[in-house]
Amino acid sequence: MKKKKRISATVLGLLTFIVILAFSFPFIWMLLASFKTQSQIMSADKLFIFKPTSINYTSVFQEYDFLKYIFNSFVIAAGSTLGSLLLGLPAAYAIARFNLHRLGLLILVARIIPGISFLIPWFIIFSKLNLVDTFPSLILSHMLVGLPFIIWVMISFFGGLPLEIEEAGRIDGCSRFAVFTRIVLPISGPGIITSSLLSFIFSWNNFMFSIILAGDKTKTLPIAVFNFLSYSEINWGALMAAACIITLPVLIVALLAQRYIVSGLAAGAVKG
Amino acid sequence: MRSVVSTNWFDRNLKWVFTLPAIIFILVMLVYPILYTTRISFYEWSMSALTPPKWVGLDNYISLLSENRFWTSVKSTFTFTFGSLVIETVLGVAIALLLFRNFRGKNLVKTLFLLPMVATPIAMGLVWLLIYEPTIGAANTMLKMIGLDPQLWIASPTQVIPSLILIDVWQWTPMISLIVMAGLSTLPSEPYEAADVDGASGWQKLVHITLPLLRQTIIVAMMLRLIDVLKTFDIIYATTQGGPNNVSETLNIYGYKLGFQYFKLGMASSLLVLFFLLVMGATLLMVWIRNRLEASL
Repeated sequence: MKKKKRISATVLGLLTFIVILAFSFPFIWMLLASFKTQSQIMSADKLFIFKPTSINYTSVFQEYDFLKYIFNSFVIAAGSTLGSLLLGLPAAYAIARFNLHRLGLLILVARIIPGISFLIPWFIIFSKLNLVDTFPSLILSHMLVGLPFIIWVMISFFGGLPLEIEEAGRIDGCSRFAVFTRIVLPISGPGIITSSLLSFIFSWNNFMFSIILAGDKTKTLPIAVFNFLSYSEINWGALMAAACIITLPVLIVALLAQRYIVSGLAAGAVKG
Repeated sequence: MRSVVSTNWFDRNLKWVFTLPAIIFILVMLVYPILYTTRISFYEWSMSALTPPKWVGLDNYISLLSENRFWTSVKSTFTFTFGSLVIETVLGVAIALLLFRNFRGKNLVKTLFLLPMVATPIAMGLVWLLIYEPTIGAANTMLKMIGLDPQLWIASPTQVIPSLILIDVWQWTPMISLIVMAGLSTLPSEPYEAADVDGASGWQKLVHITLPLLRQTIIVAMMLRLIDVLKTFDIIYATTQGGPNNVSETLNIYGYKLGFQYFKLGMASSLLVLFFLLVMGATLLMVWIRNRLEASL
């Protein structure tokens, strides 16, 4: 019996290892290729053993204006997350406390509708207002992903807070607004961190809205990386270096804040 | 809270003060654009300032529905969605069961498993483009190592959809596993104790206890995936952009091209209205299935 158990533990361990290897393989491949020269990528015999070069990374920063794209992506992700928090936190609180189910449903619909359905009107309207290729139009469009997400996560978070603390605050003479800002928000750290991190990541990763609304001035990282394809011969090494640069921050955040990310991704689910 | 009566206007109307900004944002950025798209779907317009939109009634819908390319994209959307959803669910549940037990390094493994979901999709699409490259890609290198013939992958009309499904499976199976693991942690222990008394095998416990208890969770996970698989854009656009011969052109990609490459705004809008209805319909169908299951419990 004991022997049988040990064998099955080995088999399960092996399976776990295979699963992890399979799911991390594209990352390993991306990282390896980013340190290879074009000719090393082209020859199939130098898969894992090769002399690493940093030429791809230097060329990404020197030949292409990657610092600017990082800055743009950061401004848009931070701006849309802050905007979504500003509108979303009070709304989520009101939905949770006053049981505004219908409004909650509308928020859910915003999550279901394909983003591409808004793109044509947005493009026309933002063109008329001369807002294409500016931060406001990009931040507003990215907020349409971040806001419903933040509201959705925070409704269940606020709903789970004990009412007694708020009632005590009211009896002590706080206005409802003060209860929200001085009592509720300070104890909502975990929920706010979870929803902001994911809202930031969604914006950082967004491609479809940015490719239409961004131009030379506001080009974000995903667009810059994608543009590598438009050169006649694809510079694979530089492309992989660029892919590493854009994914690295997200991966680091995911590693450091694993617990928050998991609970955020599961929160949208468990409540269905 | 009810015991204290608010005196100032701000507090008495807090419900609206707090929700109105978000409601206005959603009306302006979401409801209005949807109505706008619906209106344009009855016009012919190429975004030119010189020729104003021309009312054509249902013409856009009629020409779209009589087009082969449209029906190919409907078929691609369904094949891609169905394939991804089925494989992700089966694999996702299996991996959740595998990772749920206690072992050393569990947290690290769970974190690594999370990464495909949060990594920038367009960048990962480009990584897969290199993996699928017929001459230098890892996919064919591996096939050669185990003595198989190299394949064309995304360059082949017959292999392109399965190849794209593989990318989606890589990216999103973790999502299903994550939700199922959350579900697993809420299961009661009594049925298992009773089964142990009866001498049930591990497999019997899985089939007769775990899976039936997880039914709701799995349906919810599938529903969330369905909504997003239908809308898949980034990885397809990064790898094939609908090619070869428009075989992998899903409704999302075709709608995008109609609007922003061919500037047929009316046609694009009519496609987007149909696409919107499809996604809403699929969601409602899943909700209905879930409610049926709940009623049968």
